[in-house]
Amino acid sequence: MQLTPEDINAIVLSMKVALTATIIALPFGFAVAWLIVYKAFRGKVLLEVLVNLPLTLPPVVIGYLLLLLLGRNGFIGKTLQEVGIPVIFTWKAAVVASATVGFPLLVRSIRLGMESIETGLIDASRSLGAPWHDTLFSVVLPLSSRGILAGSSLMFARSIGEFGATIIVAGNIPGITQTIPLAIYDYASSPSSTAMALSLCIVSIMISVTVLLLHDAVAGKIERERGR
Amino acid sequence: MKLSIDIEKKFSAFSLQFSTTVEGPRTGIFGPSGSGKSTLVSILSGLQQPQRGEISIDGECLFSSSRNINISPEKRRISIVFQHAMLFPHMNVRSNILYGYRRSRAADRRIHPDALIELLKLQPLLQRDSLTLSGGERQRVALARAVLANPRLLLMDEPLSALDDTLRFQIIPYLKSVSTGFGIPYLFISHSLVEMQLMADHAIVMENGRIREETTPDRLARQKMGASRYGYQNLMRFSGSEACSGMYACRWGGNIILVSEDPGSGEALFELSSREIILFRKNPEAISARNLLQCTVTEIFRSDGRIGVELTAGGVTLVAEIVPRASEELALTTGSTIFAAIKASSFRRLS
Repeated sequence: MQLTPEDINAIVLSMKVALTATIIALPFGFAVAWLIVYKAFRGKVLLEVLVNLPLTLPPVVIGYLLLLLLGRNGFIGKTLQEVGIPVIFTWKAAVVASATVGFPLLVRSIRLGMESIETGLIDASRSLGAPWHDTLFSVVLPLSSRGILAGSSLMFARSIGEFGATIIVAGNIPGITQTIPLAIYDYASSPSSTAMALSLCIVSIMISVTVLLLHDAVAGKIERERGR
Repeated sequence: MKLSIDIEKKFSAFSLQFSTTVEGPRTGIFGPSGSGKSTLVSILSGLQQPQRGEISIDGECLFSSSRNINISPEKRRISIVFQHAMLFPHMNVRSNILYGYRRSRAADRRIHPDALIELLKLQPLLQRDSLTLSGGERQRVALARAVLANPRLLLMDEPLSALDDTLRFQIIPYLKSVSTGFGIPYLFISHSLVEMQLMADHAIVMENGRIREETTPDRLARQKMGASRYGYQNLMRFSGSEACSGMYACRWGGNIILVSEDPGSGEALFELSSREIILFRKNPEAISARNLLQCTVTEIFRSDGRIGVELTAGGVTLVAEIVPRASEELALTTGSTIFAAIKASSFRRLS
């Protein structure tokens, strides 16, 4: 297995992008899941469709729409440009792309976790004097921890593998926006680089397996603590 | 406590209309499942809103559709003891018990956790995980949690239905002593007549989302005697039992009753079906039944084609059930003297 300094950069960048995307998306994912599970409001179906859309849309389409939105003349891009935060073709764009594509997976898992909480527990908490935000943090959050964990690991793994949307909004600039999948894509286009591409593939597999093992270990710990 | 309720809530296939004033400290709400009892609990605690109506407690308005008032559940100070305990699975017993207490205003705190922990014998459970508790322990913890929120009203929503008979009657004294000891009035919701008789002084009978009548649990039990599968259940508290030739002699009012089941030490609660009592006009002298009480007939009532006979002996009363033909042959009238024979094995120990 051989890794060039650029490959190492790609690995570090991949981890950085996936971690940032997951951490940023987490509070939003929790809030959206809470809205969908516990609140009745007009336009709920629309919110659900919107959240789940990235799951079925080709990532390239998402990338292109993000490019329009975040580009120099885009609705959000323009404002960011004015305050001096360029997004397009930086690692931040890769974060946005990963966060968008992984978001539905995150919301889905948290939602499943929340739906498994008995409503009686929430009723009990409220009638015992807890305002809704207190109930949210003292009952709903800890009891959906397994869903949150599953969603985060799924989202992290999905972000590590993000390609289609990233290449459009962030480009494929070695050392700046080139993540593992983009680096492999580069190697794959030249026949002499099979060994290099394979090395990165092995790294990808190792990261995925580690995420899955970590997830199982933490989920098991939560389960044991609850069964104590 | 004075609780005034006048509410209406419509669902697609069911509507709840409930209008009454509750004043006593121990009120029962009795009705079959589907009669709207649990919806009423949700509405009183603020977890659901009625479409129309008013709710007020001791003059303070909790809900009013006309004045657009809806106090949120956490500010109502109405605690619920749920059928399935609903203990927080991610907390140990101590954290569960103190959940409401920690959120109550210092000025409202009248009950000290230690006093309640002692009363409910919870000390050995405090560090336990709430998931490892038995059904009866769970319900005791749930009761402590509800009471320590220092509510002005406790709603007990079928708190005993998930428990088996033995446990049920072990928990009842706790429910009662907590309410009387700390002066918290309760609404006891149940579909069990025996529970009503033991827990409530006043009963509101519900049917199809309406109040059918307001009565006492005992009158309700007499009314239902003829149609019930088990007749009227006489609930008898025995004390001072002594072993006596393979049976147990217990004191009941001014009478001595022989029972075959061990009453244990102290006071014991037994039930006796009205159908297990045989009446004689004259003393039958020698019979196999071990109990023969000379009684005075104090009331005769009808219930679904049966005749209920209230008997008084030694300062306590019993209800026996007979068919109208038997009543004629015995020539029963109020004030007449009669002999009641009861087998020692007919008494069933509840607690």
